[in-house]
Amino acid sequence: MTLLSEVTAALSSVRDPELDRPVTDLGFVSRITVKIPSGVRVELRLPTYFCAPNFAWLMVADARDAVAAVPGAGQVEVVLLDHFVSSEINAGVAAASSFADSFSSDDLDSSLASLRTTFERKAHLAASERLARALLASGVPAASLPSLSLAAASSSSPAGAAAVARRRERLGIVSSWAFCDDRGDPIDAARLPQWLRFARTVRVSIDGNAGFCQGLLETRYRAERAKYSPQDDQNLTTATPWTSPWLPQGYGKDLPAEA
Amino acid sequence: MYSKDGVDYYIIDGHTHFWDGSPANQINRYGEGFIKCFHDYHSNLSPDEYQWSLPEFERYSEEKMIHDLFEVGYDDLAILQSTYLTDWFVNGFNTTAQNGSLAERNPGRFIVNGRFDPRDGEAGLEKLERLHERWQLPGVKLYTAEWKGDSKGWKLSDPWAYRYLEKCLSLGIRNIHVHKGPTVYPMNRDAFDVADVDDAATAFPDLRFIVEHVGLPRLEDFCWIATQEPNVYGGLAVAMPFLHSRPRYFAQIIGELLYWIGEDRILFGSDYAIWQPKWLVEKFVDFQIPDDLQGEYGVLTPDAKRKILGLNAAGLYDIKVPA
Repeated sequence: MTLLSEVTAALSSVRDPELDRPVTDLGFVSRITVKIPSGVRVELRLPTYFCAPNFAWLMVADARDAVAAVPGAGQVEVVLLDHFVSSEINAGVAAASSFADSFSSDDLDSSLASLRTTFERKAHLAASERLARALLASGVPAASLPSLSLAAASSSSPAGAAAVARRRERLGIVSSWAFCDDRGDPIDAARLPQWLRFARTVRVSIDGNAGFCQGLLETRYRAERAKYSPQDDQNLTTATPWTSPWLPQGYGKDLPAEA
Repeated sequence: MYSKDGVDYYIIDGHTHFWDGSPANQINRYGEGFIKCFHDYHSNLSPDEYQWSLPEFERYSEEKMIHDLFEVGYDDLAILQSTYLTDWFVNGFNTTAQNGSLAERNPGRFIVNGRFDPRDGEAGLEKLERLHERWQLPGVKLYTAEWKGDSKGWKLSDPWAYRYLEKCLSLGIRNIHVHKGPTVYPMNRDAFDVADVDDAATAFPDLRFIVEHVGLPRLEDFCWIATQEPNVYGGLAVAMPFLHSRPRYFAQIIGELLYWIGEDRILFGSDYAIWQPKWLVEKFVDFQIPDDLQGEYGVLTPDAKRKILGLNAAGLYDIKVPA
């Protein structure tokens, strides 16, 4: 693996916390430059000038951590482009200071950790609903869902169960149940239908936002994309040529539902 | 009145603007970023034949607006939602006075909503009273994420906000539109959080809280509080244009809303000049939930469409709908 492909793989582990998708799929990574003899620069961009700074901060900081963990990356620079607080975020993340310290506002929600948890819980809920849908479609009776184990669910819907397991891992939820709450306790039969009904609304909301954000990103950077030529990538680095286009393949169409 | 297939639809456009976002009125890069962000929304979700260039979009004439809403558009009545943003625009983006004079020049066509900002304290309460005296406000439009000096926002549950809501109640201003919607404001708190609407709606059961943009991108949070508060309504501005580019997503949004809050608490709005009521109304009246989603969501009946397009707003604003 080249350093460039390792950096790309590392970035694919960074997710938009709200959209629950890798930033690489969303088109938020606009450029990766591998410097000679050492060092990596990553440029990120978002769908609007005013995208919420707290989420932007999380993505920039996560990207910096992910790339810094790649062996041989050397000095890592991650910058956010075209955002109303780009300079505050870039300077703050580079100095490894906290979000709250980087903004001198009187009414700041300083706890990014709780924000992240809120959205990871939503992602877990949405993944659970996708799993329930897949199970029902494969003929599992609705009445059996409350007492189903995740292992049993996995035999009917391996991808759906794996997606649920991944979200639980991020949240630190330990549970053998296919459907469980944030503490890992099962959802009882009386509560499950309404729990899944709300989960569906969460899923619709997350998927819809992902599509909307992608559309806005596409509109915002339409002109750059038109100007783009693969030759530009050759110029980014004298090491391995970076051949990814400005936008992922199939860009502008709805992303397929993620497993 | 818009008629299609023997059904008449009285149209109240619950969300319109007569703004000035032109460079001459911009104070700083935030003002510029704001109007460009709106323009991206417009470009991304409008059909080709309704696309405007950025200069056209930054500032448009009164004649153009009247034409788009009432001559080619089907609005019977339009609600002007005041948006000040005076930290970014010299004369404000669109103030109550600017909207009010437009309404006075075009009698019978507009409803003018005012605004308040609880961070204006005691002086602001008096200002609201004077604004109401002058324009007879039936409602206000609030931006909880608006900048004011060092403050990047406020909450409806703040003690000062309650003072202002009490003032609204005593003046008879009953329709409280709250912008909780897609990112257009610089903010560093979670400004989409609708929990403060929940608090205020419980504390003020005689006021109606219309959550603009149905809480998008947090549709589920909005639905959750709206099911518990009978005086919370959903404004469809920003959700409407998905009719064109992403009709299945629109079907899901409207389906979720019908399930959680029902057809009596959903209000149409174009968000003009971001989108135009002509194509929105045409597409909405022609719209149906796709067959494969009807099992989950049911169908959208002509009666529900009539309520959403005008009758629900007529109820809130005491408008007599022509027979």
